Amino acid sequence: MNRSDSKSIILERIRQALDDVQQTDHPKAIDRNYRMQSDMPDDECISLFAERVREYKAEVKIVDRADEMGAVLESLRSRNARRVVLAPGFPDKGLLEDEFTVVKDEPVPLSNKALDECDAVVTSSFLGIAETGTIILNGSEGQGRRALSLIPDFHVCVVPSNRIRGIVPEAIEELNNVIKKNPAPITFISGPSATSDIELNRVEGVHGPRTLHVIISMGAGACTGNISCRT
Amino acid sequence: MNTPTFEQTAKQYIENDQLRRNIGFATKTIREKRKTVVEEMPDWEELREAGQQIKDRVVKNLDSYLLQLEESVQRAGGHVHWARDGEEANQIIIDLVKDKGVSEVVKVKSITTDEIKLNDALQQAGIDALETDLAELIVQLANDEPSHILVPAIHKNRTEIKELFSSAIGLPDLSDSPEELTNAARLYLRKKFLNAKVGISGGNFAVAETGTISVVESEGNGRMCITMPEMLISVLGIEKVIPTWQDLEVFMQLLPRSSTAERMNPYTNFWTGVSENDGPKEFHLILLDNGRTRVLSDPGGRDTLHCIRCSACLNVCPVYERTGGHAYHSVYPGPIGAILTPQLRGPEDKSAASLPYASSLCGACYEVCPVKINIPEILVHLRGKVVSHQKETGGWRAKIQPEHAGMYMMARAFQSRSRYEGAQKLARGGMKLFERDGMVSKLPGYLSGWTSARDLKPIPNESFRDWWRTRQ
Amino acid sequence: MKITLFITCFNDTLFPETGKAVVYLLERLGHTVEFPLEQTCCGQMHYNTGYQEEAIPLVQRFIKVFGDAEVIVAPSASCVAMIHEFYPKIARLTGDSQLISQVESIKNRVFELSQLLVYKLKVEDVGAWYPHRVTYHPTCHSLRMLKIGDAPLRLLRNVRGIDLVELPQSEECCGFGGTFSIKNADTSIAMLQDKIHHINETGATVCSAADNSCLMHIGGGLSRQERETRPVHLAEILASTEETATSGL
Repeated sequence: MNRSDSKSIILERIRQALDDVQQTDHPKAIDRNYRMQSDMPDDECISLFAERVREYKAEVKIVDRADEMGAVLESLRSRNARRVVLAPGFPDKGLLEDEFTVVKDEPVPLSNKALDECDAVVTSSFLGIAETGTIILNGSEGQGRRALSLIPDFHVCVVPSNRIRGIVPEAIEELNNVIKKNPAPITFISGPSATSDIELNRVEGVHGPRTLHVIISMGAGACTGNISCRT
Repeated sequence: MNTPTFEQTAKQYIENDQLRRNIGFATKTIREKRKTVVEEMPDWEELREAGQQIKDRVVKNLDSYLLQLEESVQRAGGHVHWARDGEEANQIIIDLVKDKGVSEVVKVKSITTDEIKLNDALQQAGIDALETDLAELIVQLANDEPSHILVPAIHKNRTEIKELFSSAIGLPDLSDSPEELTNAARLYLRKKFLNAKVGISGGNFAVAETGTISVVESEGNGRMCITMPEMLISVLGIEKVIPTWQDLEVFMQLLPRSSTAERMNPYTNFWTGVSENDGPKEFHLILLDNGRTRVLSDPGGRDTLHCIRCSACLNVCPVYERTGGHAYHSVYPGPIGAILTPQLRGPEDKSAASLPYASSLCGACYEVCPVKINIPEILVHLRGKVVSHQKETGGWRAKIQPEHAGMYMMARAFQSRSRYEGAQKLARGGMKLFERDGMVSKLPGYLSGWTSARDLKPIPNESFRDWWRTRQ
Repeated sequence: MKITLFITCFNDTLFPETGKAVVYLLERLGHTVEFPLEQTCCGQMHYNTGYQEEAIPLVQRFIKVFGDAEVIVAPSASCVAMIHEFYPKIARLTGDSQLISQVESIKNRVFELSQLLVYKLKVEDVGAWYPHRVTYHPTCHSLRMLKIGDAPLRLLRNVRGIDLVELPQSEECCGFGGTFSIKNADTSIAMLQDKIHHINETGATVCSAADNSCLMHIGGGLSRQERETRPVHLAEILASTEETATSGL
């Protein structure tokens, strides 16, 4: 049988299978009685985010925005990184180059091999979720393409405090506004990569970066339910 | 060769002490962790309810959501293929890989591709499929079968894994520490990832509205397979579609807590078609039926398609805990497998027909299911279908089969007071024949299963109704 | 109150003492007990094993026998759960609208014993006396289908002389499961061994439950292993008083 028929055959099977179902043009709305927004104050939201990310065995630093680069440098030094990839658009103010070999993914994208030879990557992030300790990357300014935050063994990720949301639906809503305009890939990161496949022993670090440092940069405060602080 | 039934093989797994210990330890650990992360959610029941409603809407409007998904994926630069069965899906993949001119592909753990035996099909076509999830790699190197949806190699201990790695990938100097074994897998696979031309994945959700596919994972092998190759092929069962991006806010809360018992799994990938300068240049989505429309056609079993493959039901199931996954003879073990497998395979499959009976109907699975699938109710419904099928096709042999004959006679007895009271006396007399020292310890035939490890008190001389009559 | 007893075929035939206990207990609390002799079986065994057609006449019979009763009690959580959960489904199978409405109306009048006492009659202290070390196994159907909660434990805690001890991992199934205990005997027995292990841990001399079916399975295993612990239905503990105990009821 011709493959192009498969679509119509499957659709026909579905319609026949559902012949007992009354199709309506306006199905009942889904009861979304779960929390849409958290009612946490900003400082609580930030400290919960830090606590939850730490529980995944990631190192977390909370610093003033002015000290952001200092914290990045300190993280890189602490793991003896030498070659560092800097995500395009990350505002490093040229401070990394004095101390590290900085590798850039632009104008020519790095080869996989070149990426694999890097000790660390520095990126920004799009959002954080406090309740789940999650960092969200969507390839926007300062984050780079996905391979950058995947191949090097050490990921230093800066999360501006005003990008931290309380719960999952708040982050999904914000992504909803973005993805319909710019359907770039999105990655949720909750701690370093991990496996529990051998006798259920958790081992941090399989294929993704084995070390994750998260730097929370305190600027405009966190945002939970308050629309005004969303940028 | 006929696949054996559940009850035929359960015993050998129950008697395997190490298997039982490993499975018991795994299920207990995940079960308790799950309880903690679920109980901290103040709106868990509301999330479950929403999850159930969304999935109900999906299956009842499956055709329109699939068409919407197809359009969205194509708009984003992806290709969509429809496969009626596993064979067709496998052929599509083989053709795509051959067009690319490669003989090795990297795979991220996908039960759907296990279901259609993709790796075997690829191998026969001269293509090596490399499993990259640590547990799947262990299972693949050992030429074994997965035993759990979430932790497929849970039946193997570290020493076995160490020996496997030594012989299969030639790493003789390993210790048996999980860290070292994991690192060995990292090094072994890294080269493969960096040079991969084709990646194959399953998918947890496909958003009709945006065409976004998601893969939820822990190790980063998913990120590797999805990001690094030039071409990505994803195989999704047609029931994996969800209507809107917003619906992810429900499932991204329900799934990780129910599955790995974490607030969030380490990595979740979302991609929409192909993106310029990021990831594969070519994306193919294969929408797989393979029996799912058969499940859909039964209003009594249709809810099975709500499953999001979290495996919470396995971890609470007292039957699964004793037998492990292999006794189910399916890539879908445990309670969900006991309802999904027989429906996917149809009534002729005798092995699958034994699965609805592999449950004491204790209801623990229903209690934890994040999308509220009433598994016990569907099990009972499917038992009804098994019996009807036997009645329709079994001829006289089915009628004289002891259970069937017994059920028929009892049903008749219960319809009349005099026949019922007569049957009570008959049973009392019958059982007397087997009584020794005030106890029945050995019964014949169908009932011998009972007395293999349990005594039975003889039926008292006076029934309750006898007593009631004397009291009046 | 006039209370109609649905004894269940299982208790009628195999566990008459449980039925007697229900009668003594309810009469002691000042109620009148009726027992329609036309009653037989709720159809659970047929329905759960896949013989759904065969269950239909039993549902019809139950409605005929108990249709007029105001309050119905059964000392079996699983049979009551059958009526609550599955009778509506079976009625819908028949397409008989009268049966559907009869089932809807009757199901709220059928109670498991501890449900009746605690939630309907609002008694938690039934004046019982039972000087034994007892552990209570919450059967799956009482816990997860009928959701009787801690009603049995509230009743047991008020029994005088009782030494009530908690059963470890009490909420795990004992492995009975009706015909499962025979069709999948090996798995059923593996589950039973663990349940017995936990019962032994308590040092109880009595294991109680709201279902004699599970107790027959547990008791059968205890007896085979020559354990001292006896299975005793909840009703029998609640019916026991100093007088009846000494009179050797």
